[in-house]
This record gives sequence, C-alpha cells and structure tokens, in this order.
Amino acid sequence: MTTKIRMYTRFERFWHWSQALLILLMLGTGFDIHFNLDVFGYEQANQLHSIGAWLLIGLWIFAWFWHLTTGEWKQYIPSTPERIMAMAKFYAFEIFQGKSHPFHKDPDQKLNPLQRMAYLSLHVAIGPAIWISGLLYLFYGDLDAIPLLGSLSLTTIALVHTAAAFLMLAFLVAHLYLALTMDEKPLSGLHAMITGYEQQDES
Amino acid sequence: MINPAKLFYAVTITLVFSVCSANTTTPSYSAQSSTADHSQFEELQKPFKTGPEVTQACLGCHTEASKQLHQTTHWTWAFDNELTGQALGKKNVINNFCVATASNWARCTSCHIGYGWKDDNFDLTSEANVDCLVCHESTGTYKKFPTGAGHPNYVPKKWPPKVGKVRQPPDLSKVAQSVGKPGRSNCGVCHFYGGGGDGVKHGHLDSSMHNPARELDVHMDASGLNFDCQTCHTTGSHQVAGSRYAPRASDDRGIVVPGQEDQARASCESCHGSEPHPETSNSKLNDHTDTLACVTCHVPEFARGGRKTKTWWDWSTAGRKNPDGKGIVEKDDAGYDTYNFKKGSFKWEENVVPEYRWFNGEISYSLLEEPVDDSGVMPINRIRGEAGAPDSRIWPFKVMRGRQPYDSGNKIFAVPHLFGKDSDAYWKSFNWSNAIKVGLQERGMEYSGEYDFIETEYFWPITHMVAPGENALSCDSCHSAEGRLASVEGIYMPGQTRNAWLDNIGLLIVAGTLGGVSLHGFARIFARRNRKED
Repeated sequence: MTTKIRMYTRFERFWHWSQALLILLMLGTGFDIHFNLDVFGYEQANQLHSIGAWLLIGLWIFAWFWHLTTGEWKQYIPSTPERIMAMAKFYAFEIFQGKSHPFHKDPDQKLNPLQRMAYLSLHVAIGPAIWISGLLYLFYGDLDAIPLLGSLSLTTIALVHTAAAFLMLAFLVAHLYLALTMDEKPLSGLHAMITGYEQQDES
Repeated sequence: MINPAKLFYAVTITLVFSVCSANTTTPSYSAQSSTADHSQFEELQKPFKTGPEVTQACLGCHTEASKQLHQTTHWTWAFDNELTGQALGKKNVINNFCVATASNWARCTSCHIGYGWKDDNFDLTSEANVDCLVCHESTGTYKKFPTGAGHPNYVPKKWPPKVGKVRQPPDLSKVAQSVGKPGRSNCGVCHFYGGGGDGVKHGHLDSSMHNPARELDVHMDASGLNFDCQTCHTTGSHQVAGSRYAPRASDDRGIVVPGQEDQARASCESCHGSEPHPETSNSKLNDHTDTLACVTCHVPEFARGGRKTKTWWDWSTAGRKNPDGKGIVEKDDAGYDTYNFKKGSFKWEENVVPEYRWFNGEISYSLLEEPVDDSGVMPINRIRGEAGAPDSRIWPFKVMRGRQPYDSGNKIFAVPHLFGKDSDAYWKSFNWSNAIKVGLQERGMEYSGEYDFIETEYFWPITHMVAPGENALSCDSCHSAEGRLASVEGIYMPGQTRNAWLDNIGLLIVAGTLGGVSLHGFARIFARRNRKED
C-alpha cells in the first residue's frame, strides 16, 4: 500500500524551481564571464547575471520571510551528533549492504540529519557569501563612500564571489545525485517537488 | 476663374508659414555671428607687402592683441610645468621627430604664430611680428612658407625648392579682410601637419579633421555638431585651454557652469560630468569612470580618417645616395615615404590601437641637460600614474618610437643642425658630427666628438577622434583573455584576471564531488548486483 503525502507547499515548489533556474542562469553566465567561455558573450552574460542577481535576491528575501513566519526554519536545526553519524554510516556503508534508510521523511521533517547540515550551510554560508560579495561587486563603484567597505579591493570581492560559486556548483552536483537517486521509491522526491505530493510506502 | 477669397487665404497661409518657419530655424552652430565685417574697414582696403604690415593694421584697433599673444605658449614656445618644475616648450624639449628646434629655426618656425624667428636673436617682445592671419584668416589661401621663418612667400616660389610646384604669394589685402573667429582649419594648418607632414606627429589630428564625419569625431562632425577647436579648447585673452605638457588626466570639477573659477572645457568631464552614460545603457558603464579616461573607450583607434601616422623614425639610416649622388627616397604603395635620405627610415600606420598606461597628468621630459642612459630604450618623456590612485586613469597613448643621434661621449641627446644654407647643416653635407657640434653649441652644450644612435620612445596622450557611442569599444575589447588592457597592472578585470590557485582548487572541488557521487553511484549498482547474485 502506498499513501500520498502533501510534502511541499505551493510556495516551496515555486521557490525551489525558480531558484533552481536562477542558480543555473547565474552559474552559466558567471562562469561564462569568469572563464571567458563566450557562450553569451561578455556584455550579455554580464547583463543577464545582473538581472538574475536581483531576481534571486528578491526570491531569497521572500524565502527568508516565509521560513521565519511559517516556522519552517526549524527544518534546518542541526540534529544530534548520533543521528548525523547514523546518516553518514548509512551513506558510507549500509547503502551498499541494501539496508533501509535510517531516516523517514515527512512534512515536519523533510530533511535528514546530513541534509539539515548541508542546506543550513547553503542558506547561511554559501548563499550569503555569494549575495553579499555579489552586491559589493555590483556597487563596487560606490563603496568608497561607505566606511570600512571602501578599502575592499575588487580582487578580494571577486575571489570570494568566485570561490562561493565553485562551492555552489559542487553543491548542485551533490544535490542532484542525492535528490534523484536516494529516494525509497525512485524519483518520488522529484515527483513531490513538482506536484507537492510524495508517494510513500505505508509503514 | 480665381476666387479672390481663396487667393487671399492661400497668400496669408503661405506668409504665416514662412514667418513661423523663419522664427523657428535656429542658426547653425558655426554661423558667423560677428558684428564686424572686416572687408568694410578702410584700414584693410589697401595693398600689404608683408605680414607684419597687416599686423600693424590689426593693432590699430586691437591694441592689446599682441601683448596678449606674447603671454601664450603659441608665441613663446616655452612652457613652465608647475607640476614638475621643468622648462618645456618647443624651445626646450627634445623629441624623436626632427629632434630639436635650436639651429633649425627658420624651418620649424613656419609653424610659429610670428614672423621672422630665424635664429636665437628673435625679438619676443615685437608686437608687429605676431601673425594674426594664420589663426584668423578664412580664405584658406594664406600659407606660411615652409622655410620662411613664419612668413608666407611674398613672391612666387617653388616648394620643394627647384623641383616643386610654384606657390603664389597670398593676396594679403583679401586675406586681411577675411578675418574672423578661427575655424578648425586655422588650427589645423599647423596642428594637423606637426612633425613635417599630414598626421605625422599626433595620429589623432590630421587633415581628415578639417571636415570629419560623425564616426571619426562625434563633436566635430561637419554635418552634425560641427564643433570648432575652441568649443572645447576655450579661450580668453588668447590663452587656449588644454595642454599636452600638463594634461588634466582626471577632472572632478563636474560640469563647468558660469561662475566657476576654472572655465576651461578642454576635458570630456567639463561637459559630460563623471556619470556620462544614460541610465538606459549598461549600468556598469558609469562605474568605469574612476578607472578609465573617457577616450580609452571612445577613441578605439587613432589615425582613423584615412591618413597614416608615423610610428617609427630611424635617423641612423639617413644619408644613403645612389651611385650618381642622388639621395634615395622609397615610398610604400599608398605613397608614404618609407625611406628618405634626409631623414632615415619610417614606419606608418593607420587605424592604430593605442597603448594603455596609468596616467595622472604628470609628464616629465628627458631634457638636454639630463644624462642619456644608453643601456636600453631611452624615454623622451615619462608618464606618471598609479593603479587605483584617485587622480589616475588608464589612458590611451600613441607611442612614437625611433632611433636618433646622441652624443655617446658626453651621454647627452644630440641637437642635430639639420636645416640651413651653411655646410654644417646635415641636409647640406650629411655629416652628423658637424651637424651635432653646431646644434649643441647653439644650446650652449659641448660636443664630445663621438656620436651614436639610441632608440627612444615618446608618449602622446590620445584625446581627439572621439567616436560616438556606437563605435566605441565594446565590453569584450577589454573583458577577454587577450583584452586590450591585458598588460595594464593593478586591475582586476572580470573575464581576464584569474587566480590560478582559486580556479584549480574550485575545479578540483567540483570535479571531486562529481567523481565522488559517480563512484558512490557505481558502487551502489555494483553492490546491488552482488546482492542479487547472492
């Protein structure tokens, strides 16, 4: 027997997919600029990157607001070390032995202990590193008027921004692998992220 | 039958329209707006024998004119650079074209705004010897004779001597009656031909600027804005704003409005401000103005008007003659001298991409009194500027390179006596030692008796031939791997600058993640198969 569980609200799905598209756009245009790939060409890549940046910042403001007002931020509270270790043990050994997932996903606990850590660092470290350095990059010409920030060199800002972008790309790779292959029922997570409902075996 | 009422209406409407359109037509920018028609002045309605005679007539009304001119660099050929304390001006500097004015006066002063500067004894206080006509005449027929020390020829004369076309003397009466506000060509007769020919020296000033198209110069566009030189090079008491010896590399005065102390408009910013690009364009463009000079993007190339500019002049090869004793001259397909026995070997270029350097407006010259360092390329001038400094911008330059004579015993620049009827002149006897001895003597310097040739370079800030926005550089002219500013230090250039460590570690992390999840995935597939087989 399977049951359908409402896993993701409309906003969560909108947030996830628009963020996914924007991050792909930002990675594409950003690395086009950085590595001179000439996919969009410098000027177009630059302009798309700026437009995408504002959309993404706007989306993040909504998402932060949503998380804080709905209490969904609690999803990211780190688990106990024992639970994290259990999860790591699963990925490192048990999965090869065919053992079942030590964590059960439900609307109140959508993230397993490792995911909590990963997404928390995405939201409070990689994300802010990107948008803070990105804003400094955008307004570099006006920084002189601001105390402390005026002495920041473009080199420093660009290095932080690029480093964060590499981490975001690595995150994306790992996220795609885990999100698409780790479900108890294949692709049920993807299905849930599209429709909002996840099919789960009744336990 | 003609209806009288209809005819009345038709006439009335026609009249009203013609009056309206006359009222709404604005006068063209360069329309003569003077209240004086000099052809009606009796003082000018008589034959003149010489230039100074005309000047006397001018001074009859314009009593202060010569006194004003005496204060200008155009007259003194001397310029005191307050920033460096150096005494510059054509009188003093050494260059790598015809090298120096001393001992060559009568040839060089065909571009002096005076009459008769043929040797060191020229009277710089003479009012009659100021040449009003060269700047103010508008017939286009008044030409200073190339070897006339600033005078036009007063009798028919051949140029070049013996072999050239006959130049008729100008009708000085007609010329004098034509005077008015200087036009582009008045400035151009000297400034377009500096260095001995069309476009030789500057590269951004040549005869194509008499009537440039919009693409060549958006401000001087003959069928558009049609600026005169002094629209930007504002004048007052005959002082002309703007100086190549002491340029304004960055201008934070803002848009110049009446009442401001400094009214000079010889900078882009004095009209356009420091945020010149409209909000509708790429918002990043205005962020560049604290790093780049406007002309860095807006003069994408110089010598764009179909004239070449000289970029290399090697004096060391001069003097070659055929077995029959005739001097050798070689020309390229376009008719430019690539070799001339009098001057050596040349390179000419058009549509030249400038070289870029940090520049704060301070230029120090290697003057005659300073020792020549012959261990490498000797700079004629050194431009100062520091990456990121508030007064520095990245500027485009023409860099004139060549080889020129120097006194290798005393290690000073040579002042070659090139022009003259005497046998010491290089262009008479082609003897460098004699020419250098006389030239140095004229500047009060001793010649050691030994000479050699040294490679030199000379930086010329590029400011003219300003292209309209659509023809300016695009982002990827610089923001690309081999962009134009690749050799400029101290900038982080997105699209060009990379930190190899960061890139390598970053790519390693991404590749490691990709490899890790792939391994993990394969291991899972492999493990599942094993379990099934069990």
